[in-house]
Amino acid sequence: MSLEELYREVILDHYRSPRHKGKLEHASAHAEGHNPLCGDEIALDLLVEGGKVTKVAITGQGCSISQASASMMAEAIEGKSLDEVRDLIGKFKAMMDIEGDPKDAGIDPARPGAALGDLEALQGVRKFPVRIKCANLPWTTLEQALEDV
Amino acid sequence: MIDPSVRDDFPILSRTIRGKRLAFLDSAASSQKPRQVLDAMDELYRTKYANVYRGAYLLSEEATTAYEAARATAAEFIGADTATEVIFTRGTTTSLNMVAYGWGLEHLGEGDKILLTMMEHHANVVPWQLISRHTGAELVYAPITDDYRLDVDALYQLLDDSVKVVGVTAMSNVLGTIPPVADIAAAAHQVGALVVVDGAQLTPHEPVDVQALGADFYAFSGHKMLGPTGIGVLWGRMERLEEMEPMEGGGEMIADVQLHSSTWAPIPHRFEAGTPPIAEAVGLAAAMNYLSAIGMDQVAKHDAALTEYALGALSNIGGLHIYGPDDMQHRGGVVSFTVDGIHPHDLATILDGDGVAIRAGHHCARPLARTIGASSTARASFYVYNTTEDVDQLVDGLHHAKELFGVA
Repeated sequence: MSLEELYREVILDHYRSPRHKGKLEHASAHAEGHNPLCGDEIALDLLVEGGKVTKVAITGQGCSISQASASMMAEAIEGKSLDEVRDLIGKFKAMMDIEGDPKDAGIDPARPGAALGDLEALQGVRKFPVRIKCANLPWTTLEQALEDV
Repeated sequence: MIDPSVRDDFPILSRTIRGKRLAFLDSAASSQKPRQVLDAMDELYRTKYANVYRGAYLLSEEATTAYEAARATAAEFIGADTATEVIFTRGTTTSLNMVAYGWGLEHLGEGDKILLTMMEHHANVVPWQLISRHTGAELVYAPITDDYRLDVDALYQLLDDSVKVVGVTAMSNVLGTIPPVADIAAAAHQVGALVVVDGAQLTPHEPVDVQALGADFYAFSGHKMLGPTGIGVLWGRMERLEEMEPMEGGGEMIADVQLHSSTWAPIPHRFEAGTPPIAEAVGLAAAMNYLSAIGMDQVAKHDAALTEYALGALSNIGGLHIYGPDDMQHRGGVVSFTVDGIHPHDLATILDGDGVAIRAGHHCARPLARTIGASSTARASFYVYNTTEDVDQLVDGLHHAKELFGVA
């Protein structure tokens, strides 16, 4: 397992230039997440209109994996319906679930991130189990935010 | 520097990490163990193990002798007056909690202050927060200076006769700073405050004399000083130990038990409820003997030489910031740093790929992390088995990380 597989260029690019950075003045939902162990932090604002996530804004600090995952997540969910967003959360968590059986989640074990577009770049994290919680942080924060919707 | 042949005593150092030579630079979190420690514990279990104090049979007698000999070794190692002032605990955290609960709960109340420093480990912060909740005593903190030392003048300003406890680390686990504990203890005693010293980082690395430090209580762990986990020491001045209530009740710590009350066993047994960590105490004594054979003066010199070498090598890396004193005055073998554009956790992952084990995070000192404005840092720490080759491997790994992240 090489480090280059973990730190793909697309991940480093999102880390250096996070997309959807900022806050929303009239957010429909807000959630904050942090990993007490390593100090990664994410604050997430969503604007939901007509059952759709129309705007996403994120601030945070932490490692490249947590911040790139947040940035890519923001890109992936903006413009999606709430059902599509929930489906994406399920697919992402299934990709990161190294203990579960990929077949149970209906995903290809050879390419667990196949249905995730750019986010597939994060599947290298599976080989570094201590870093999985970094990749998951924005997604668990998103789940919390959706509870408000 | 210590002869690198000591490395042969540490079996783990011969393994590889992801095919690379292991450069273990996280001894401040927990140290590796020499075979002398492993053998001493193994021998106890194989030849003279039984519960201590209880059995009227030879095995128990031998195990008791070994356990009490370990106490005497520990007392000598830290310059205690008598072995009865040495209480075996689970580690520094338990030791500090015992003082907070056993002494603090009894003697603190509204209007009293507990004076800590901004560079304490959570183990010397959170127990006092809990005691503050129970007693109404107030927590106050002495700040640090811009050059990462304890602001001793500010500490003295805070010291008045409302201060009943002064809790201070003998060496910061993040900055490496060694505060002038003996001076602080003398000033604290002038106002009648109890002095509680967290010796977790200092004890493994410098000669310690609890009498000269002037502490009332001194806590440390075995696992950071070549010994096993699950064992530590609380040393206390006898008159202070006599003021302390046991935090745990149970077997071995009583003189007599009635249905509604009990009387306590003599010190130190009063504070060692239940079956103690027997083999761990024997292992700790073996570790102390190992360090004494090298000589704690030599250990301190070795750490200082490596730290100086590392400070020099790291300061040549662009974008690298060191959090801690940049000279060797009153500082130990812990170097915390950040590299612009690469988060400490990414550094740790990349270095691991190069066989270099360092710590990344807030190092259980969040108040300090906020103060220095770095919520997370990378930390390299040195011990008897480290060499300049380990530092070189760290430096190469950092260049690799910068290359991978495209950081100039």
